[in-house]
Amino acid sequence: MSLSYYPGCTLKTKAKNAEDSAIAAMAALGIELVELPRWNCCGTVYSFAGDEELHQLAPVRNLIRVKETGGDRVATICSFCYNTLKRANLLVTSNPEKMHTINTFMEEEIDYEGDVEVVHLLEVLRDDIGWETIAEKVQVPLTGLKVAPYYGCTLLRPQEIAIDDVERPTIMHDLLKALGADVVDFPYATECCGSYQIISNPDYVSQRVWDILSSAMRRKADAIVLSCPLCDANLGQTQKELMQTHSEFKGIPILYFTQLLALALGLDPEICRLELNYVDPRPLLESKELLRQ
Amino acid sequence: MRIEISTETLYSDFVKKVEAISEQTLISCYQCGKCSAGCPMCFAMDLLPSQIIRLAQLGLEDDIAKANTIWICASCITCSVRCPKGVDLARVMEALRLITSRKNIDQVQIPEIPKETIAQLPQVAMVGGFRKLTA
Amino acid sequence: MERIGVFVCHCKLMAYMDTGTVVEAISKKPDVVHAAAYEDLCLAPGLEQVKDTIKNEKLDGVLITSCSPVLHQEVLRQAVTAAGLEAHQMQAVDIRSQNGVKENTERAIEAISSALDKLKASLPPVRTKVPITKKVLVIGGGIAGIRASLDIADGGYEVILVERTHSIGGHMIQYSETFPTLDCPQCIETPLMTDTGQHDNITIYAYSEIEEVTGSIGKFKVKIRRKAAYVDWDKCNGCLMCIEKCPPRVLSEYERYLDMPKRQAHRRAIWVPHAQAVPMRPIIDKDHCLYFTKGKCRVCEQACPSKAIDFTQQESFVEIEVGAIVVASGFDLMPKSAIKEYELDKDILEGIEFERILCPAGPTAGKVIRPSDGREPKTVAFISCCGSRDPEHGVPYCSKVCCMYLVKMALLYMHAVHDGQTFIFYIDIRTTGKGYEEFVQRAVTEDNVLYLRGKVSKIFRDGDKIKVWGADTLTGKRIEMAVDLVVLGMAMLPSEGVKELADKLGIATDEHGFMVELHSKLRPMESSVPGIYLAGCCQGPKDIQDTVAQGGGAASKVLALFAQDEVILEEAAVR
Repeated sequence: MSLSYYPGCTLKTKAKNAEDSAIAAMAALGIELVELPRWNCCGTVYSFAGDEELHQLAPVRNLIRVKETGGDRVATICSFCYNTLKRANLLVTSNPEKMHTINTFMEEEIDYEGDVEVVHLLEVLRDDIGWETIAEKVQVPLTGLKVAPYYGCTLLRPQEIAIDDVERPTIMHDLLKALGADVVDFPYATECCGSYQIISNPDYVSQRVWDILSSAMRRKADAIVLSCPLCDANLGQTQKELMQTHSEFKGIPILYFTQLLALALGLDPEICRLELNYVDPRPLLESKELLRQ
Repeated sequence: MRIEISTETLYSDFVKKVEAISEQTLISCYQCGKCSAGCPMCFAMDLLPSQIIRLAQLGLEDDIAKANTIWICASCITCSVRCPKGVDLARVMEALRLITSRKNIDQVQIPEIPKETIAQLPQVAMVGGFRKLTA
Repeated sequence: MERIGVFVCHCKLMAYMDTGTVVEAISKKPDVVHAAAYEDLCLAPGLEQVKDTIKNEKLDGVLITSCSPVLHQEVLRQAVTAAGLEAHQMQAVDIRSQNGVKENTERAIEAISSALDKLKASLPPVRTKVPITKKVLVIGGGIAGIRASLDIADGGYEVILVERTHSIGGHMIQYSETFPTLDCPQCIETPLMTDTGQHDNITIYAYSEIEEVTGSIGKFKVKIRRKAAYVDWDKCNGCLMCIEKCPPRVLSEYERYLDMPKRQAHRRAIWVPHAQAVPMRPIIDKDHCLYFTKGKCRVCEQACPSKAIDFTQQESFVEIEVGAIVVASGFDLMPKSAIKEYELDKDILEGIEFERILCPAGPTAGKVIRPSDGREPKTVAFISCCGSRDPEHGVPYCSKVCCMYLVKMALLYMHAVHDGQTFIFYIDIRTTGKGYEEFVQRAVTEDNVLYLRGKVSKIFRDGDKIKVWGADTLTGKRIEMAVDLVVLGMAMLPSEGVKELADKLGIATDEHGFMVELHSKLRPMESSVPGIYLAGCCQGPKDIQDTVAQGGGAASKVLALFAQDEVILEEAAVR
């Protein structure tokens, strides 16, 4: 089976490790991710304003691209893309007047009618494949690897687009359990990392990141697992500086869930592009004997 | 310092604008403070999010403008999902930001961002930040 | 009817319509021989005018507008029948509406016109006299049901008290001490429990539920289901030797499933809820009994000197006939899991759990320790409004008692742990009862209870401590606090199964499941069904004081009914 897939900008650059591992892992699970033709940036952050239909053009145009392929479903890997596409879709489908305005404005395109479903890859794993099937296909169980799933904001908030329970999500927990990992629950799993404030207030983001990392480490996590490339950049890049301010801190690897999925399915570790991770996870994975060729 | 509260401040254009852009009823907030209690960024804020919405309820635009709160907000929506009264405070914050941004005032000077930073940051951070913090 | 009089009440409250226009329009209707506006028809002079007009104009039909037919109907009907008409020859109609004068006036004319049609079509009702069975069923053995039972029994009538658990006493008996006087329920409620158990006029069916209710006021038929206790309560003498030898240790419902160190709060598979239970009769918990689960043991059987253990016992049914029913089915607390941003942890308790730890008759004999490690907590945070006043995630109403019981527990904790510190996170402090505000002030000034104004956003374990994220909106600062123990003031809900019970009784419940009273201010003890009365928290959250008052009030309603020998039931005639 094939599934239309919207990569978004970051997955083509900084988060190549997320994309490559996702495509390979999904193929191993029997789903071919087919990149959406002529996709454009989704706008990254959803506009909350009630009077800014202009900001909804970018995400809606991507949904039109899905229609053009004859599809009615599109998957994302980046949490921000998921949030923006999903919310824009919800806005126009629940508001025919706004949908009409947007369609009129983009007269060169075919009309959008709210007939595309936006899903996140984690939902595909849960709903299309199922944890049991995934567990059966595991070749390299992540035994002994203590991982803390970190959900961040955009997969869960607002409530209307949440892929799981807003306050107590388990979807990533369930996936990692199916892969045989030791899942560590920690109180900061749904706490914001500071997000785009990295461009104007990097110090505040560092403080947030320290709170998140130290909370996971207090609950004995070896690594943090996530889906959002912005969280990944914040949680990863900030660590160098944090090692200077907190002398006892030796760093903690941050991994995409897709990377662990690919590893556990027994794929070549090369495909995971582990060298691109901000904190090298290879020593940890080697120590757990998870980097088999 | 005394503040002036009158029919004019309570029903000012400012209040109407905030309510129109945010599509929220400000007076629904009963000031429980849960938004502030859970705000991940409020350690860096001059005023708590609950104080900002209180000032907005009273139409005290200048006090809001003096505080850094709305520019520190990371739009994580934790406040909105936990609000007992269903006030989408994240949208109120956005409306307050837009009232300034639409006057062509930027909070981030893009040319001043170092090249290394630009090289380092993922697009999602930059585009997201520019959208929330610049005109 | 050929001579109809229309009386339009026109007090100051009705000023929002043009009464003149209404009267003029109605006077043109066929068969209306009299239409006029009057002031204060509900008062004696107004009623006299109605009576005189009926006689003078020889009216055979009367239509009266009033602001609240529910409240005024009876007095209006009495006036009309005093003037020689039958009750069905009168209609009261509510013409209040909330629009502009013009629309209100039009609507009033419309309402009166349709009421006129109804009046003309009305037939004398079919009346049947029903002798009143002077026995009452009380559902629920908490303090409301106990008070009602005792008052009715003392009045000389037979009471059948049905309690779902195997002892009466309700939630009150679980509490440590009660606000604002700090007397302990084990001292003040037990005499009432014993009295109820021993009263000649009271029969208690404990460990029983209402299966079916039919009939109406004066003569309800009730089927009671007596659950299988696997102990013959008639043979049992309450010595409890069976319990001593029973091997399993199980978390106890009565102790709110508290999992204390050294299994202090555990019970056995055969058990009584506590040392002052009424009746003092054990039940066997089939799910944990070794005989029922593994087919061997029967130690209780050997220990029992009265041969009361009966593993073959089946549930049984009792059918009774009563003239009236008092519902006192009580409340439950919203489960802690309902607030997902507060972690589930052994040291994060709800109110009744902490009551048990504070209670001198509780599992720790009043020694305040943490469930997780048995250490004495030195800092305790109390969280108000957990689920209450939260229309988005919980219930919109105020649960009314949490402000008081949280500060009471803070004060009791301080009395037990002198070097401790307590914090109460609140939104508003609601102390409307007698002596309540003084109680709060005493806790603040004498017992160092610190109030912090702000709703808590997140609670989670952090190593040995519990982290609380709150705010002090008075200073505009965020608070992050690490404490030893947290107590949540969970919202009050109607007790489990209330909807099914209400359906069996045919009485109305509101959207939260609380039973609806006939009038919130003036008829608070009457349900929507004649002969069924309400007492305590089944009708809405309330404290012990109000609950007891309502229990007594419901009893007085029953006594007033039983002072008559028969009740006249009116049924609308069918043409």
